[in-house]
Amino acid sequence: MILALDTSSEACSAAVWTPNGCFSRFELTPKAHTQLILPMIEQVLLEANVTLQQIEAIAFGCGPGAFTGVRIATGVAQGLALAADKRLIPVSTLAAMAQQAYQTQQAEQVLVALDARMGEVYWGSYGLIDGRMQPLMAECVIAPNDAPLPPAVASSWVGVGNGWRQYEALLMPRFVNYLTDIQTDCLPNATYVAQLAVYAYQQGELIDPALVEPVYLRNKVALTTLERTALKP
Amino acid sequence: MITLGIETSCDESGVAVYSTKQGLLSHQLFSQIKLHAEYGGVVPELASRDHIRRVLPLIKQTLKEADLTLADIDGIAYTAGPGLIGALMTGASIARSLAWGLNIPAVGVHHMEGHLLAPLLEPNPPQFPFVALLVSGGHTMLVDVPRLGEYHLLGESVDDAAGEAFDKTAKLLGLDYPGGPLLAKLALQGRSGLYRFPRPMTDRPGCDFSFSGLKTSTLTAWQNSTQTEQDKADIARAFEEAVVDTLTIKCRRAIEQTGRKQLVVAGGVGANQRLRAQLATLPAQVFFPRLEFCTDNGAMIALAGALRLAAGAMEPPIIQVRPRWPLMELSAA
Ligand SMILES: Nc1ncnc2c1ncn2[C@@H]1O[C@H](COP(=O)(O)OP(=O)(O)OP(=O)(O)O)[C@@H](O)[C@H]1O
Ligand SMILES: [Mg+2]
Repeated sequence: MILALDTSSEACSAAVWTPNGCFSRFELTPKAHTQLILPMIEQVLLEANVTLQQIEAIAFGCGPGAFTGVRIATGVAQGLALAADKRLIPVSTLAAMAQQAYQTQQAEQVLVALDARMGEVYWGSYGLIDGRMQPLMAECVIAPNDAPLPPAVASSWVGVGNGWRQYEALLMPRFVNYLTDIQTDCLPNATYVAQLAVYAYQQGELIDPALVEPVYLRNKVALTTLERTALKP
Repeated sequence: MITLGIETSCDESGVAVYSTKQGLLSHQLFSQIKLHAEYGGVVPELASRDHIRRVLPLIKQTLKEADLTLADIDGIAYTAGPGLIGALMTGASIARSLAWGLNIPAVGVHHMEGHLLAPLLEPNPPQFPFVALLVSGGHTMLVDVPRLGEYHLLGESVDDAAGEAFDKTAKLLGLDYPGGPLLAKLALQGRSGLYRFPRPMTDRPGCDFSFSGLKTSTLTAWQNSTQTEQDKADIARAFEEAVVDTLTIKCRRAIEQTGRKQLVVAGGVGANQRLRAQLATLPAQVFFPRLEFCTDNGAMIALAGALRLAAGAMEPPIIQVRPRWPLMELSAA
């Protein structure tokens, strides 16, 4: 049994995966994650009739996504894991979106583009391997113009994520011949974080809560004093 | 009641365990000063990124040092504000979820209440009522404290905080980041009486402060000097004397105005030796935290939280922070 949570986007979600089914909550709640996440977790545990103690591992959407949101998920997962002496399963938000496209639309090749602001997208490509969506390349933050084209041989991809809407004009000319469908409304969802975590759990991919780190992808967030002086004319 | 306290409002991660029976049991601090040094100031996003790395290991160390496990903890206190929103949120997310998972109460502590109560961590603590001088990087205020949680503002800075004035002036004099403590160190080598800067707002009634003009006076003096190391030290000395005199004059007024017999000094500038020496001459018993509890730390948060929890503080399982939160809005415990 796995508890999963995600607060990396304007959506907030929690899910409990059990062999009898997945119990979940998903709400679009810009800025109210911190109010909702613990009550949501309480509800899904109650519905699943499972206590935090009975959970085998806690999974969370570890990013990429909004920095603060990704940290809230990490912090909540850390706090719960420490309290209940559990280990954590960090799950990529992009992978969870690809998994959702697979489970809901049978998409087997997915290009995820999540708006990263500052003219960039969080980018990843995923394919169906061993019954679940797995990365075909390292996730990155990239300008839409530089997003790598998929290998030409298999050109039936599904584009997923709000990056496809935000940067449509830049992405479509290059990708239109590869795509069979685009789902711009998809956001990371704890249900699919849980689904991927079940596989990770079976592989023993569990991490000590003190050692997990959010995945930001964008790692240069400020200029040093030297860099600022170098910029001055 | 044994309380775990977590502080992450700015650039230090602090964790401590405080017992209402036995006092402070253990505390740990990780300072991010090195991380922000090359940026010339605290970068909020980097501060948050570091807190999430540090807090869990610090909790483990702190419990180990006190020879306790989480099962011994009765409540969790965390800094809920004021401070950097992302930094606060990191500590609050961990702390609130930890308390929820352990099924124990949590309380969001006001960072400045934490500072203000820090002298209560010492062997001979002050008794309510008292007057408090809060002098930190973000605040300079004089507060009348009739009892726990009741704060009446007597005066505050209308511009820069005292610590901010130390830091900005240090920067103008070319000292490394963070400059406040370095400026104070340099002032020790300075000679008294070679420069004299104004004691702002002391000619007016009341307990308000203004420190932003002092940095201009200092810069002008520096530019007009021969700019030797000795000049720099002399100017640092004069700056420090001006700040310390001003704080002392206003503290004397606050004591006279309220008739309180005790003065509590808290916040980073409270580490300043000249200030400590000069305030000791006032007609009141003066209380300081030990030097390491003048600046941000987990111990003061564990203490303030323990007092509030012992008084019955409760909060729902909601993660909430208040980056801006006037101390006067607190209600008595
Ligand atoms: N010996 C000293 N003399 C003068 N100033 C000092 C000394 N040591 C520290 N400071 C100043 O104390 C400040 C740091 O104190 P503290 O950590 O309490 O402030 P803060 O947490 O940044 O601000 P706040 O608590 O208001 O949010 C800095 O401005 C620093 O320059
Ligand atoms: Mg402080």
